[in-house]
Amino acid sequence: MILPALFFYLFAGVCVASAVMVIVSRNPVHSVLFLILAFVNAAGLFVLMGAEFLAMILIVVYVGAVATLFLFVIMMLDVDFTELRSGFLEYLPIGLVIGGIFLFELLLTVGFWIINPGVAKSITAAIPTNVSNTEALYTRYIHYFQLAGMVLLVAMIGAIVLTLRHKANVKRQDINVQNARTPELAMTVRKVASGQGLQDADAAEWVR
Amino acid sequence: MTIGLGHYLAVGAILFTLGILGIFLNRKNIIVILMSIELILLSVNVNLVAFSTFLGDIVGQVFALLVLTVAAAEAAIGLAVLVVYFRNRGSIAVEDVNLMKG
Repeated sequence: MILPALFFYLFAGVCVASAVMVIVSRNPVHSVLFLILAFVNAAGLFVLMGAEFLAMILIVVYVGAVATLFLFVIMMLDVDFTELRSGFLEYLPIGLVIGGIFLFELLLTVGFWIINPGVAKSITAAIPTNVSNTEALYTRYIHYFQLAGMVLLVAMIGAIVLTLRHKANVKRQDINVQNARTPELAMTVRKVASGQGLQDADAAEWVR
Repeated sequence: MTIGLGHYLAVGAILFTLGILGIFLNRKNIIVILMSIELILLSVNVNLVAFSTFLGDIVGQVFALLVLTVAAAEAAIGLAVLVVYFRNRGSIAVEDVNLMKG
């Protein structure tokens, strides 16, 4: 009985601490690594809540894809990140005031808020007890599933279109040009008088 | 010492506040701002999954999956725009983003 509570406080504590480190760490690479830690611990919270599928998806998508993307971009861009950090202390007091007020209001809402008992009647898809928790995803909410796929497709096409560029001075193979090449196009046969060699005029024509 | 809905909602609220605070504190670094947005979306996911579990309705998890997808797409597009911007201007400082004089 005490073990789930212990794991909840472990996961929640590490998650919040690494979220703090994400926003205060000096090096963006460290920020990304702390972001990975925060997401792994959030996946642990999901497992505690019983959403195992979402937990695994969270690890695969965030640690596998998004964090790698962030790392690639940070390491490829030649930016002075210490210069970007200036103004941190300047905004710290106002940020802490606004954040404190906001957190106070949120916790007040969470603490003094009771679920209407009638909401249990409006449950549309109860969690199945003996099958995997993806059943609703593939039956009633199949359109949301396909919509998610379309969002990912559009994001993929958008990212490729944005970052693809054709350099003008790169030589590329053109198969049509290669196939259309004939001996008449590719070479000329010249008769050179013996003992005289090529004249300058001939050389100019040759080069051309 | 049982863990209820309120505990998970409190974690979600703290993560959300930290995300907002990250946007305030790192106003010049667009990469950390993107990471803060990821934190905000994670807190939304925690809320959705907590309600889904404690009300016994699986729809919350379906929506959490949708939020996760949108977050991944947003990160991909945002970083692509960032790379293109860096190619054009040689800087990613937020206050340099004034080409359109808006």
